[in-house]
Amino acid sequence: MSVVLSLRQVSKVYGAGAAAVHALRAVDLDVVAGELVAVMGPSGSGKSTLLTIAGSLEEPTAGQVTVCGSDLSALSADATARLRRRSLGFVFQDLNLLAGLSAVENVALPLELDGMAVRPARVAALKVLDELGLTDRAGHFPDDLSGGERQRVAIARAVVGDRSLLLADEPTGALDAANGEAVLRMLRSACKRGIAGVMVTHDAQLASWADRVIFIRDGRVVDQTAPSPSPDALLAPGPTP
Amino acid sequence: MLALLVEAPKYGLQLRQEFEARTGEVWPLNVGQVYTTLQRLEREGHVETDDAGRDGAQKRYRLTADGERELHSWLRTPPQAGPPPRDELVMKVQVAMRLSQVDTTEILQTHRRRIVEEMQRYTHLKADAAPEDIGLGLVVDAELFRLEAVVRWLDAADARLRSLPTIPAGAPLTGPSSARDGQEERPTRSVQDDVAGARR
Repeated sequence: MSVVLSLRQVSKVYGAGAAAVHALRAVDLDVVAGELVAVMGPSGSGKSTLLTIAGSLEEPTAGQVTVCGSDLSALSADATARLRRRSLGFVFQDLNLLAGLSAVENVALPLELDGMAVRPARVAALKVLDELGLTDRAGHFPDDLSGGERQRVAIARAVVGDRSLLLADEPTGALDAANGEAVLRMLRSACKRGIAGVMVTHDAQLASWADRVIFIRDGRVVDQTAPSPSPDALLAPGPTP
Repeated sequence: MLALLVEAPKYGLQLRQEFEARTGEVWPLNVGQVYTTLQRLEREGHVETDDAGRDGAQKRYRLTADGERELHSWLRTPPQAGPPPRDELVMKVQVAMRLSQVDTTEILQTHRRRIVEEMQRYTHLKADAAPEDIGLGLVVDAELFRLEAVVRWLDAADARLRSLPTIPAGAPLTGPSSARDGQEERPTRSVQDDVAGARR
């Protein structure tokens, strides 16, 4: 499997001197295509900083970030923005859907910003909305959608087109258990189709959908889960014949 | 068993298979358990054997009116409640805090990782199951919520430890602490007392 995201000795310091805050300290992380990785840690542990640096929204103070084979420090601002539009998808806690655009227009927007004509962009957006069960809501504006539907539109926007890396920050927000599970099923199936996913969360139930869970504390990766054995290991042995 | 017999009279082996299928095969039963339970239910008048359905050596069981009343009463009876069970994880963390050579944060993380790994196995089992397998979903969700509560307790314990100054090894773990407030130490229970209490 090819490595889609690679962080090497990545550190991030905000401020300087006595007021310096070390948000990340020498973090190493590789995420391969088809893998969903959860980053778990308490508030202030650096997990959201890790996500914004992986998504090229912030630059690290030290270390190297490689996305889809490109070293971000070697790219111009334009090239970074192009990489972000074409290869990266974001799902933030507050979703950032544009209220003046319908669901399909929101989903098509990153493709249109990247130069795709309106019609094929809308066709691609409708296809993803259909996969997420939102065909009949495509023409609705965000304010007319339920919380679960808005979350699904945000995921559709993050995976539309030929994306390689999906970055999600507490992607189920304040959804109830059933809607939260539906969102996680979608993220997992997007990754099964070949996208690399990174999801930061403090919630163990969310994290348990991932193939691998990384634990972060005070800016350092302190631990990670072992590769999952078969779920059959959970089943107690049957009765003795 | 009574619920399965509401539908139709059934043989013991059939009851065992249906029980396992409807609980996602997470709680297997052995044949002995099934027949012991059926014999008890028969003694109590909740089921009776159905001679008409006799097939060789096997008996077919059916629900009595008494059994149906018992089923409805059982559905509404709260699960057996009692004092909180002794929690081995709480004890391990309490003991770790007393040992100067042990990093309690690392102990908490070891257990957090182990539990999240177990949650991953349950979640992946649910994710791969057919959506209509409600029995499995209910059993797996119950286990996931239980395990999540343990992780939340570990997180809360972690936050408590981080908010305190270093606890000297051998210091009492419960009651007011003179080490923290600088006042004269008052007698407090030690962790050994807590453990002994829990064992009682």
